Amino acid sequence: MSPTLTDASPIAREPADGLAVLERRGSVAEQFGIPLAVLAELTHRCPLQCPYCSNPVELERSRGELTTPEWKAVLSELAEIGVLQIHFSGGEPTARKDLVELVRHATDVGLYSNLITSAVLLSRDKLKALADAGLCHVQISFQGNEPKVADRVAGFSNAHAKKLEVARWTRELDLPLTVNAVMHRQNLDQLADIIAMAVELDADRLEVANVQYYGWALKNRAALMPTLQQLEDTTRIVEDARSRLKGTLEIDYVMPDYYALRPKKCMGGWGRQFFNISPTGKVLPCHAAETITGLDFESVRGNHSIAWIWQNSEAFNRYRGTGWMQEPCASCAFKEIDFGGCRCQAFALTGDAAATDPACALSPRHQEIFQLAATEADEAQSRFIYRNFAGGTPEPERD
Amino acid sequence: MTGSRSRNLTVEETSRPVLPRHAKLRFDATRQLWVILAPERVLAPDEIAVEILQLCDGVRSVGEIIDRLAAKYSAARELIGADVIAMLQDLADKGFLAEARENTA
Repeated sequence: MSPTLTDASPIAREPADGLAVLERRGSVAEQFGIPLAVLAELTHRCPLQCPYCSNPVELERSRGELTTPEWKAVLSELAEIGVLQIHFSGGEPTARKDLVELVRHATDVGLYSNLITSAVLLSRDKLKALADAGLCHVQISFQGNEPKVADRVAGFSNAHAKKLEVARWTRELDLPLTVNAVMHRQNLDQLADIIAMAVELDADRLEVANVQYYGWALKNRAALMPTLQQLEDTTRIVEDARSRLKGTLEIDYVMPDYYALRPKKCMGGWGRQFFNISPTGKVLPCHAAETITGLDFESVRGNHSIAWIWQNSEAFNRYRGTGWMQEPCASCAFKEIDFGGCRCQAFALTGDAAATDPACALSPRHQEIFQLAATEADEAQSRFIYRNFAGGTPEPERD
Repeated sequence: MTGSRSRNLTVEETSRPVLPRHAKLRFDATRQLWVILAPERVLAPDEIAVEILQLCDGVRSVGEIIDRLAAKYSAARELIGADVIAMLQDLADKGFLAEARENTA
């Protein structure tokens, strides 16, 4: 007999918020089976102002957001076409007054639900109501291990203390907890303490996700880019903690790709394993995809089904497979391994979304980008531009 | 803390395992296969693993599950036992298996 468990998820980690992208066993390159997990960005509203927010710089206003019946219809349709997990995200998903109702609906249609939250708006009663509605997992973002740095990064006073409180309620309610720590030059020296904090909070998982530089984070790159020395320390600390905490805390680690030699297989490849739905209902291959100009994204409010959009829309098909590639990707032995890296990063850094991601050492732009990162890190300019609906506000000067 | 524990679990014949709240065994009708849904992951257990997991109700012991399967498949108990424990331990190490708390009553 020899029963086996196959991991159906050779994981291509989605870096900005540390989501794992799940690939189904036996999925074949040219067949685009419906993803196992979908990210629902319920709103772009958020009380925090993190300078590396993964939302687009052009935030969608609340009046355009999908209504409760529209989101319910989306959840039903996702379950029907074979999606298994739904990640409720944002912005801050708990800013939606109908979140409990949406979680209940997800449960009713058989979706495994995950809440990706900053936690600062949650009361214990609200969390209990979400658990009772069938919520399966809670992921709380932390900006550091102590209030001074954490609250400054979040641009929100008392955020850190509130997060600790909600994390404790999460475990008291017997919900599994993932601590998501977005790391950059100004908090990487806290990593060992963040790991200890995750253990103390009785978290099941810790995501150590280095900032990925598009959108807001690109605006703030000079204030966030880690130094090479920090990167080396980080890798050592993570590896040590992984072996020490085996069976207690699972640690996922996303490296900053500016310092890598090979690009990441972003989103598991464009339009291969993942899509997300924006607050106004746009179906996107990646939550940063709207940073690429010249692509039209279909909406769930249009005349097409979600399955049709996934299979047939121009935006999804544009960078699928390898036919769109230029050199050095087109003749590269790794082209079906990393699919040329990240389209959004290629666009952000070269102006051409079909270019090789400059994170790749084979890109003609790699050396220049790498040097730029190292220089910015060494210059140590620390002032943030905070994320908001006004297009960003510089942090007040400090003494 | 309520219900069950799922950290550092060592699976033995006396264990009474159960899937924790965050690991759900489901039949995926679209793909026609059994899956375990867990935070950020989907596992695909094979037919026999599914049969074992369906017997993990927090009441039956691992020993009882082995007895049952050994009888059903007319196979050597030691052989089946080793396989069952290895599979459950694998799941436990991933954090997706809990043990029902001792009833102190």
